[in-house]
Amino acid sequence: MDDLLREFLTETNESLDTIDVELVRFEQDPNNAQILGNIFRLVHTVKGTCGFLGLPRLEALAHAAETLMGKFRDGMPVTADAVTVILESIDRIKEILTDLEATQQEPQGADTDLIGSLERLAFPVAATRADAAAKQAAGTLVRQALERPLRPGEVSLDELERAFRETAVEIEPAFPAKEPDGASAAPASAAKVFRDVDDETGAGKLASQSIRVSVNTLEHLMTMVSELVLARNQLLEIARRDEDTDFKVPLQRLSHVTAELQEGVMKTRMQPIGNAWQKLPRVVRDLAAELGKEIDLQMVGAETELDRQVLDLIRDPLTHMVRNSADHALERPADRRAAGKPETGTIRLSAYHEGGHIIVQIADDGRGLHVEKVKAKAIANGLITEAEAAKMTEAQAQRLIFAPGLSTAQAITSISGRGVGMDVVKTNIDQIGGTIDVKSVLGVGATFTIKIPLTLAIVSALIVEAAGERFAIPQLAVIELVRAQANSDSRIERIKDTPILRLRDKLLPLVDLGRVLELSAGQGSNAASGFIVVMQVGSQKFGVVVDDLFHTEEIVVKPMSSRLRHIGMFSGNTILGDGSVIMIIDPNGIAETIGAASNANELGETEAHSASLEDATQAFLVFRAGSPELKAVPLSLVTRLEEIDCARIEMSNGRHLVQYRGHLMPLVRMNDGVQVRGRGVQPMLVFSDEGRSMGLVVDEIVDIAEDKLTIEIASQTPGVLGSAVIRGKATEIIDVGHFLPQAFEDWFRRKEDTRASAQRVLLVEDSSFFRNMLPPVLQAAGFRVVVAVDGEEALAILKKDREFAAIITDLEMPGMDGLQLAAAIRDDSRTAHIPLLAISSYASPAMLERIRQAGFREFVAKFDRPGLISAVKGLCTELVEAA
Amino acid sequence: MTNVGANDNHSRLDGYVEYVTATIGEQAFGLPIARVQDVFMLEKLTRVPLAPPEIAGVLNLRGRIVTAIDMRERLGLERRRNDESAIAIGIECNGESYGLMIDAIGEVLKLAEDTRESNPANLDKRLASVSAGVHRLEGQLLVVLDVDRVLEIGLNAKAA
Repeated sequence: MDDLLREFLTETNESLDTIDVELVRFEQDPNNAQILGNIFRLVHTVKGTCGFLGLPRLEALAHAAETLMGKFRDGMPVTADAVTVILESIDRIKEILTDLEATQQEPQGADTDLIGSLERLAFPVAATRADAAAKQAAGTLVRQALERPLRPGEVSLDELERAFRETAVEIEPAFPAKEPDGASAAPASAAKVFRDVDDETGAGKLASQSIRVSVNTLEHLMTMVSELVLARNQLLEIARRDEDTDFKVPLQRLSHVTAELQEGVMKTRMQPIGNAWQKLPRVVRDLAAELGKEIDLQMVGAETELDRQVLDLIRDPLTHMVRNSADHALERPADRRAAGKPETGTIRLSAYHEGGHIIVQIADDGRGLHVEKVKAKAIANGLITEAEAAKMTEAQAQRLIFAPGLSTAQAITSISGRGVGMDVVKTNIDQIGGTIDVKSVLGVGATFTIKIPLTLAIVSALIVEAAGERFAIPQLAVIELVRAQANSDSRIERIKDTPILRLRDKLLPLVDLGRVLELSAGQGSNAASGFIVVMQVGSQKFGVVVDDLFHTEEIVVKPMSSRLRHIGMFSGNTILGDGSVIMIIDPNGIAETIGAASNANELGETEAHSASLEDATQAFLVFRAGSPELKAVPLSLVTRLEEIDCARIEMSNGRHLVQYRGHLMPLVRMNDGVQVRGRGVQPMLVFSDEGRSMGLVVDEIVDIAEDKLTIEIASQTPGVLGSAVIRGKATEIIDVGHFLPQAFEDWFRRKEDTRASAQRVLLVEDSSFFRNMLPPVLQAAGFRVVVAVDGEEALAILKKDREFAAIITDLEMPGMDGLQLAAAIRDDSRTAHIPLLAISSYASPAMLERIRQAGFREFVAKFDRPGLISAVKGLCTELVEAA
Repeated sequence: MTNVGANDNHSRLDGYVEYVTATIGEQAFGLPIARVQDVFMLEKLTRVPLAPPEIAGVLNLRGRIVTAIDMRERLGLERRRNDESAIAIGIECNGESYGLMIDAIGEVLKLAEDTRESNPANLDKRLASVSAGVHRLEGQLLVVLDVDRVLEIGLNAKAA
C-alpha cells in the first residue's frame, strides 16, 4: 500500500501540473479537441486510480470535474467561470493530496460546494428542469449554446465521433475499475477496450521507453562520477610528470570514457527548463483575473535543458519574478491604452544556451523601473546616502532593487510585495553561482537576465596564484585576461590608493586578490604589472590582480566545511589533479568588496541621460598636485593661472598669503602632499569672486585639454568629485567648492547673511556633476541654492515653498524635461511669476525658439559661469524692482 | 557530566570507555575511540585565507576534504615551531571530516567510566571549555576531549 500510494502521489501530482497548463491553453483555444482530450484523459486517470486505492473523496471530486469536461467535449461552450471552477477543483485535489502525503489518509470533509458548482455547470438544463421556478433565460442560453458549437462540430466530425466513442468506453469501465482487480482481471471486453485506449494515448508507450529512477540513485551516480573525474585528473597529472610511460595510452582511453560517462550521467539529470515554467501559465492567468489585467505569457525555449538541481533552485525565483512582472510591472488596460500601448501586456520568458551557461530572460513591456523612486526608497531605508544616490549611474540605481528590504510596490497586494523581494531572488541565484541583471527603460519595460551554470557539480575554473597560494576562479564570471605591464598601454594606474586599469579607454576598478584575502601584507604589490582577470558579476565589471595564471580545469565543487562557510570570498573547495585542495573564489564576494571600496561602476554602459554631457566636450585644466597622478578642474571655473615668485609668499597666522592685486590672497594647498616652495616660482590656480581671491597651490600645471566629461568612478575623498578619462588618461576631477571655504571660512556664508531671502534660487539638475559644480558657483555669487534632482522633485518643492527669486533648470532630464517643467510651473498661477532660466550643454536655434516659447527668460550654456551669474542676477534684480 | 559524546555507546563496555590518547603541548588528552575515524599525517595543507586562527587549513585525505584544526591554537597554547610531520586525529561531525592536529599519538586506554572526575575548578578556561572531565592516571592527568565542543569554531565566533 505504501509504495502504491507513493507512486500514486508522484504520478497524480505530475498529472495535475500538466492539467493546470493544459486547461489554461484550452481556455484560450476551446476548439482544440486534442487539448481537451489530454485533459480528459488525465482527469480520468486520476479518478480511476483514486477509486482503485479507495479514496472516495478524491474520486467524487475528480468525477464531477470529469463530467463537466465531458460536457465540454460534447460541445458545451467553454466559459472562464467553468474553467475557474475546474481549476479550483484541481487545487482542492492538490490540497487533499498534500494531506494524504502527510497522514497517509484522506482528510475528513466533503467537497459538496465544488461538486455542486461543477454539476450546476455540467447540467444546467437538468437544474432548470428540476427547479420549476428557474429562469427560462438559462434554458435558452444553453439551447443557444448547444447550437453554436454545432458549426465547428460539423467540421471536425471525426474528432467528435472519436470523442464520443471514447466517452462511451471510458464511462463503462469506470465502474469495474472501482473494484480491486476489476480493471486488470475482469475479462469484460469493455475493460479491454479501455486499456487499449489508454495504451494508444501514450501512457503505455512511454512506459516502455523510460523507467523511473529515484533521484537519490542519480545523485549517488553523479557523486561517483565526480570522484572518478578527480581520480582521472590525478592520474593525468602523474602521467604529465612522466613523459614515456606505458600508462599513456590506456590513460587516454580512461580519460575519454570518463568524459563520456560524465556527460551521460549529466544527461540523466537534465530536464527541460519548461518543467520549472509549468505552473506559470496558471499563475499568470489567475493573476490577470484577480488584477483585471490582460496578460499574454510567451514562453520561448522551454525545451532548453539544465541540471535538475539547478532547475529546482531557480523554479521559485522565476515564479516570483513572473508574479512581480504581472503584478507591478504591467499596467492596467486603461493605463496601457493611455500610454499608447496595446491593452494586453506581454511577459516573455525565454531560455537559451550560451557557452556552458543558460541564459533565462524575463521581459515585460510594462512601466519599467522608476529609478528615482528606487533611489528614494533606498535612501529612506538607509541603504545608501543621498550623495551616493546622486553619483549612481542609471544601471547601478536599477540594480538597487536587488538590495535587501527594497520593494517599490506602493501597495502590498496579495500577489507580491510581501516584503520578500528581489533580494531573495538574487540570493537564490547567487547560491547557484549565477548572476542576475536588469535593464529597464521607464515606460517601455524591463528585462531581467539570469545567467546560470548548466550544472553545479562540475564547473570549469581558472587556476590562479596570489601571494603564493592557488585559487580557482569559476570560468563563468571571467570575461578576459589582461597582462598589465609597466610602460605599456595596459598598465595599472593608481588614483589615491585605488588601483585602476585603463582598458580600451574605460576605467576598470581593480582589486588585488592577495590583499582582499589578507594574504599579502598592507602595501602589497604596487607594481604596475601583473595578471588581471577581468570579471563580471551582473553588469558590474572589475579586474582581479593575481600573481600568476595557470590552466583551466574541470573541477568538482565540494561544499566547504560549515566552520568556513561564513567566509564570503569562497563558494566552495575542490581537489585538483595534483591532489591538493584549492579554494574556489566566489565572484560575488569579490564584487562586494569593490562595491564597498570604490562605488563600483561598469564599463560599456553609460548613463542613458548623460548623453548630452558626453556629446559636449569642455576644456579642463590638467595639473599635478602632491602625487604623480593627473588632476583636472573645468577651466571655466578657474579665474587665472599664476606663477608667483616664492619670495613674495608670506606666512601670517600660520597661513600662507601673497599680496595679489592690492589684496592679501590666502593660499590653500591642494593636499598635504603639496609643498609651498621656498624658492623659484610657485604655480597656482586663482579663483576669484567679488574682489576676493584664493590661490590653490599645485605642483605643476600640465596642460589644458578638451574632452568629454564622464565621471567613471565617484570618489569618497573630500575635494575630489571622482575620476574620469581625459585625453586617454585616468584623471581626478577636483571639487573646487571644497577648497573655497578653506581660504575664507565664510566664503559662502558671508553673502547669505547680507542678502534677503529673495535671493534664493531653485536649481533643477539631474547630472550629479553639475549638481556638485553649480551650487558653489551660485553660492559664491551670493545666492542660496535649493537643489532638485528632477522635474518631479522640483514641483514637489514648489508646492511647499515658492519663495524663489529664480528657477534654474537643466533642459535634458529623464522623465519630465526642462520644457515640461517650465510648462507645469507656468500653468500654476502661484508659481507662474518666478522667472525661469534654462541651462543646457547645447541648443540649436530651433531649440532656442522652443525655450523662449516655453516661458524661459534666459538661456545659458552650462559652462558659461559668468554668463550664468549675470543672468541670474539680472532676473533677481528685476524681481526686486518689480516688487 | 555523564555523557562523553553521543556516539560512544559502542566503546562503553561494562562501564568502561576506550580512549585514544594524544599529547598536545605537555598535556595528555583522551578521545573516545568511537569518535575517532583514523590517525594520519598532515600533507599538503592548504591555507584558508580569512579563516578563524584555529583552522590550520584544508587537505585531501583519500578524496575527502578534511578541515585541519590546530589544537594548540584551539587550546590557547603556544604555536608549534613548524608544521612538519604533524599528526592529526580524524573525526567526523555531521557528515564533515575534521583533523585535530596533535603533537604525538599515544596508546589506547580502557578506563572505567566511574573513575572519570569532573573538571578541576582551577582548570585553564580554554581547556575546561572542551573537556568532558579528567581521569587520574599514574603521574599525570588525562583530559577527556569533548569532540563536539572542540569543533565549535567559527560558528559562534562569527555570529557575534
